[in-house]
Amino acid sequence: MGQRLVAVGVTAVLILILTPNLSAQAAANSVPDTAARLARLERQATDAKSSADNAWMLTSAALVLMMTGPGLALFYSGLVRKKNVLGTMMQSFALMAVVTILWGLFGYSLCFGSGNSFIGGLENLFLKGVGAAPDPSYAATIPAQTFMVYQLMFAIITPSLIAGAFAERMKFSAMLIFTVLWSIIVYDPMAHMVWGKGGLLNASLGGKFPTLDFAGGTVVHVTSGVSALVCALYLGKRLGYPKQSMVPHSVVLSFIGACLLWVGWFGFNAGSALAAGSLATSAFVATHFAAASAAVGWAAAEWLRNGKASVLGGISGAVAGLVAITPASGFVKPMPAMMIGLIAGVFCYWMVSKVKSRFGYDDSLDAFGVHGAGGTLGAILTGVFAVSSVNPILKDTQSNTIASGLLEGNAYQLLNQLIGVSIAWGLAIVGTLAILKVVDLTVGLRVSTEEEVQGLDLSQHGEEGYYWETSA
Amino acid sequence: MTKIEAVIQNSKLEAVKTALQEIGVEGMTVLEVRGHGRQKGHTEVYRGREYSVDLIPKTKIEMVLADAMVEKAVQAILGAARTGKIGDGKIFLSRVDEAIRIRNEERGEGAL
Repeated sequence: MGQRLVAVGVTAVLILILTPNLSAQAAANSVPDTAARLARLERQATDAKSSADNAWMLTSAALVLMMTGPGLALFYSGLVRKKNVLGTMMQSFALMAVVTILWGLFGYSLCFGSGNSFIGGLENLFLKGVGAAPDPSYAATIPAQTFMVYQLMFAIITPSLIAGAFAERMKFSAMLIFTVLWSIIVYDPMAHMVWGKGGLLNASLGGKFPTLDFAGGTVVHVTSGVSALVCALYLGKRLGYPKQSMVPHSVVLSFIGACLLWVGWFGFNAGSALAAGSLATSAFVATHFAAASAAVGWAAAEWLRNGKASVLGGISGAVAGLVAITPASGFVKPMPAMMIGLIAGVFCYWMVSKVKSRFGYDDSLDAFGVHGAGGTLGAILTGVFAVSSVNPILKDTQSNTIASGLLEGNAYQLLNQLIGVSIAWGLAIVGTLAILKVVDLTVGLRVSTEEEVQGLDLSQHGEEGYYWETSA
Repeated sequence: MTKIEAVIQNSKLEAVKTALQEIGVEGMTVLEVRGHGRQKGHTEVYRGREYSVDLIPKTKIEMVLADAMVEKAVQAILGAARTGKIGDGKIFLSRVDEAIRIRNEERGEGAL
């Protein structure tokens, strides 16, 4: 009797405990409602797109950093004399470190914070507020941190380009101070005006003079190229220029650097789509075709003029084309991209061979001839060839898409392009002159005569690039 | 003892070395040098600017021989190094006061 009671009691308790679980499972096995499934699917699709965009953007950021180190470092150092190879590499490398720190502390905020039409604010000081959540003003599908680190790579390479003008004769300490000041006074305002919230020239965020600059023709190439010219004129020519032969000590290094630049530029231009979609593809394609036709253009011009096409000419041509297509890359179709490249190749060749020797300035590595002139040309040609079918960026007051460039029917845009370019030129000239004066008066810009003869490697860094003596 | 210094075309080094070895010359020093006599250099164009390169890469061979060997060596070099064109180079002969083998301090022609 007692045993049967216990058995019934245990069974009852078990039933009581297990039933709720069983019924819960039953409920779960029933069909969940369609709205919930749809919401889950939409979330997954957005996440997938975000993942794709973020993957591409992180890759692009890495590609752009590679453009500076070792791309530009190799390209430039191959062009200088052996005694300056490390000094030239150090100029790029030091900026990879220094600009990064500036960027994290306040650089990003000055560029992409809200601020006013000319400069950003300090709301993102120390990268406050820049986290995993996207900033929809800039890129809605990637973390704000991705956008920040991508833009950082642009901030790094821009001042590195200027080194081409003062190669082989600038003090390392002076270069560091110059770059810090230049980043703040020239780069940050220009980047803000073209790409930042409320920027005067921002085409996608309602700037007063919308300048079409997809990946930095004005922000990166015109500013650095024109600053380079100012530096070259202010610092003066290298000892012995132009009589003494100062041929590149290693076109091999320059070749490797240029090829790394070409590949890295896909991150520079196609990454500026800030997403992994068809606009990125379009920019990728335009970039590549421009590089190719520009290489052909420069090489052909050289072949006609000198009777031989040189490797240095070919790679310089490719770089010129890449510079010129930078502002246009997300706005033009492939054939116009080829045209832009071809024009840039020939134009920049003329700039560095005829114009430079005619005026006699020592722009040692042709930073102005390629970046300043190529960037200006590219920015203007963007106003000619941009079409809204590639990128419907310009809108009227009713938010309808309007034509982008001259050939599409918008002649007015050329004026905006000229305004953007002029502001870049003006800011670069005034800013750079002021900074050069300050640095010259404090630490002095140029190395001494003995140091210049000895070479930057030994005098500035206590190193030799190649120590190929036989030693046991 | 006579020192022979021969400045020759880079491309002729192997031929000259072989010819000297065939006549029994056992030691020589080879240097990479640059220079010119009457041979003009070439012009390079870099960024639209012309540079004349007038110091031409050459090879210099030095050897110290017993006087009896000298004329044979000179003939060997002449035969192997000549192309008939300007830039073939020159041979210089000079007197050597002493030669010493470092390993065992042997002196004179025995040290060669």
